[in-house]
Amino acid sequence: MKARVTVTLKNGVLDPQGKAIEGALKSLGVEGIDGVRQGKVFDIELGTTDKAQAEAQLKAACEKLLANTVIENYRVEIA
Amino acid sequence: MKSAVIVFPGSNREGDMVRALTLAGSDAQKVWHAETELPKGTDLVVLPGGFSYGDYLRCGAIAGRATVMDAVRAHAACGGLVLGVCNGFQILCEAGLLPGILMRNANLKFICHRQYLRVERTDTAFTRNYTKGQAIDVCVAHGEGNYTADEETLKRLEGEGLVAFRYADAQGHITQDANRNGSMNSIAGIYSDKLNVLGMMPHPENLIEDLVGGTDGRGLFESLVSSFPKAA
Repeated sequence: MKARVTVTLKNGVLDPQGKAIEGALKSLGVEGIDGVRQGKVFDIELGTTDKAQAEAQLKAACEKLLANTVIENYRVEIA
Repeated sequence: MKSAVIVFPGSNREGDMVRALTLAGSDAQKVWHAETELPKGTDLVVLPGGFSYGDYLRCGAIAGRATVMDAVRAHAACGGLVLGVCNGFQILCEAGLLPGILMRNANLKFICHRQYLRVERTDTAFTRNYTKGQAIDVCVAHGEGNYTADEETLKRLEGEGLVAFRYADAQGHITQDANRNGSMNSIAGIYSDKLNVLGMMPHPENLIEDLVGGTDGRGLFESLVSSFPKAA
């Protein structure tokens, strides 16, 4: 079973890297960009074929390590 | 006073830390991160600076969950002293021993320079040899030192006097220019609720000898050593 975990900064948390990327896009002449927030994507292989078990395992992975829930949100998608 | 300096893959300031502790009179030894226990009789645990696990995922995230950290958590829970410097501060935040997080510096640059800090209180084991409001001359070297916490946490830190050091000018004034990484409220270091855990971004261990340009960092190590009665 494959899954994708996306970790993003919570609203209101300052993202200097996103701001720098936003500035770089502007200086490259890419128009129409109102804001950029940088996040992380993890593609994960799971041994189980049980969806509920996979969800529980991925939740544990996110809470214990992949996201710092002080500043980040996470989203889990199971293929 | 017995201190244990924890070494993670990618730590690089453990040598200076052991030297600073030893010069102050501590019996300091290095402890590998895979250990499950601290050496018997450890009074102080130190998490030194560096780039543990290459700063992969988030600074300090993987080290914060290393095997030895359970022992460090237990040591702190019993009131034992813990000091985290630079990457060590990031590890303490990731391990849940201190609130908040160190984000990328606001100007996105790695900063490396001499830096004055204002000592906010001197009634702790870490700062008793300084004077309140003293501006100490140490240095900083980090890319992720921008202290960030939610409003409630910040209010609690300020309300309970848990801010240990702030970025200041040579006179001890808190100015925007002195706060080069963009930290909230110019925070350079914080204590845990019980004042037994200190995390700070600047490096006191770098400024302990005239040979390298200053000795203001000594006070912290001497404070720690003088907090313990001498072994017979």
